[in-house]
Amino acid sequence: MSTTPAAGDDVVVLDGLVKRFGDTEVLTGIDLEVRRGEVVCVIGPSGSGKSTLLRCVNLLEQPSGGRVLVRGTDVTDPDCDIDAVRRHVGMVFQGFNLFPHLTVIENCTVAQRKVAKVGKAEAERRAQANLDRVGLGDRGGAYPAELSGGQQQRVAIARALSMEPDLMLFDEPTSALDPELVGDVLEVMRDLADEGMTMLVVTHEMAFARQVADRVVFMDGGVVVEEGPPSQVIGAPREARTRDFLDRVLNPTHER
Amino acid sequence: MTSSTTADARPTGLRGALRSPRRRGQVVRAVQYALLVAVVLVVALTADWGQIQRAFLDPEVAAAQFPSVLSVALLNTVTFTLLGFAFGLALGLVLALMRLSSVGPYRWLATGYIEFFRGLPALLVFLAIGTGVPLAFPGTFLNRYVTIMLALGLVGAAYIGETIRAGIQAVPRGQVEAARSLGMSQGRAMVTIVIPQAFRIILPPLTNELIMLTKDSSLAFLLGSTTAQQELAQFGRQALTQYRSLTPVLVAGACYLIITVPLGILVRRLEARTARSR
Repeated sequence: MSTTPAAGDDVVVLDGLVKRFGDTEVLTGIDLEVRRGEVVCVIGPSGSGKSTLLRCVNLLEQPSGGRVLVRGTDVTDPDCDIDAVRRHVGMVFQGFNLFPHLTVIENCTVAQRKVAKVGKAEAERRAQANLDRVGLGDRGGAYPAELSGGQQQRVAIARALSMEPDLMLFDEPTSALDPELVGDVLEVMRDLADEGMTMLVVTHEMAFARQVADRVVFMDGGVVVEEGPPSQVIGAPREARTRDFLDRVLNPTHER
Repeated sequence: MTSSTTADARPTGLRGALRSPRRRGQVVRAVQYALLVAVVLVVALTADWGQIQRAFLDPEVAAAQFPSVLSVALLNTVTFTLLGFAFGLALGLVLALMRLSSVGPYRWLATGYIEFFRGLPALLVFLAIGTGVPLAFPGTFLNRYVTIMLALGLVGAAYIGETIRAGIQAVPRGQVEAARSLGMSQGRAMVTIVIPQAFRIILPPLTNELIMLTKDSSLAFLLGSTTAQQELAQFGRQALTQYRSLTPVLVAGACYLIITVPLGILVRRLEARTARSR
């Protein structure tokens, strides 16, 4: 991105983010911004720290150093009300993590009711609208175990959207799905991007990153190796490590 | 078959049968059935049924136990059990949360409590609360129901606490992460997301605790009782001396089974349901 928008446009700012697990440094000083309405895809080999980076944004992992600003609030500040920040940051997990003891509609209303203190009728209206949006408007009464993986992940997206977030974090949302179910979830994510949602997506779906992302970040070994528009990072990578990774992902059988 | 030259066909057939594991299995099962039939026959033919009936199942003595065995004894057993279970469940939940606390001293206290009361016979706890406390602190008077509730509950809480802790830890980490990511506080996530799932997981073992408490309620006899205060075991014991027949004990025993067998069936149903939903 050549433009330098005002700081107020940054939904997420990572400033020298460091994360250590014991003696292992998983993230070694990451600088990254996500602007309002932007879709940023993070790609890279497993163990490169992409999921850890995502989980540092809403403090599911506690950063070891550096600063994390979400909507202008420094979440690493001990005085920060992280619960208030998380209310505006939706997260979708690889393993769906739907609440199995609640119905689909209850999954989408429980946080609205208990956290945001939204009235029952309004909470259900929002939940229903978001279930309609992900194409599961008729499954509100079902329990998560009665749904396929792809449907569960779409419910998880509707659950996060029901809190009306300003930012959506996706942690490998299609990695646990059977191949034929991936498309439905990606379609929902694409619609969301088209509607202008700010999204930070950790993914292995190169086609999705190429089509939907405004910016692609390639990570390896806890650092950002290369970042830029998808046509550049995926289409014409400058760094050898990026080329090597993409070659292995896009051409796994090593055909020439 | 190489031994087909032998004139005697039976041993050949048997040897042939024993060659295959499936045939061997059939023979082993047949032997087990034969043994069972033999034992039943021996018992049925040698026992003195008249004597057994007089001792265990005297109809007149049995009839004399009703209705008080139900209206007093069974009712008291159920009341004591439910009181103890309610207290044990409440204290057990507190102990489980203390065991999982991030504050060290809470964890140590809960662990100490659980090791202490799990290691003691319930009988000693009944003695301590029923007799020891009034002796040690003259003037304290514990209502009989309160005494029984405390004694049963204090012991039950140690087991129930460990069961609840295991249930809470069996709820996947991702559940808490999902709840927190929606803005729920630690406590809210615990109450709304984790504990309801934990109780679903531990319903079968918790029902087993209830069965154990039902039987432990018999220790209330240590506290002494008037006729109206008797629970099943004490009732049976008193009637045993009165009628010089085992029949009342058998009737009391049957009453325990009226409680525990349905609970046992419930446990198996719950376990089957849990297995299905996985």
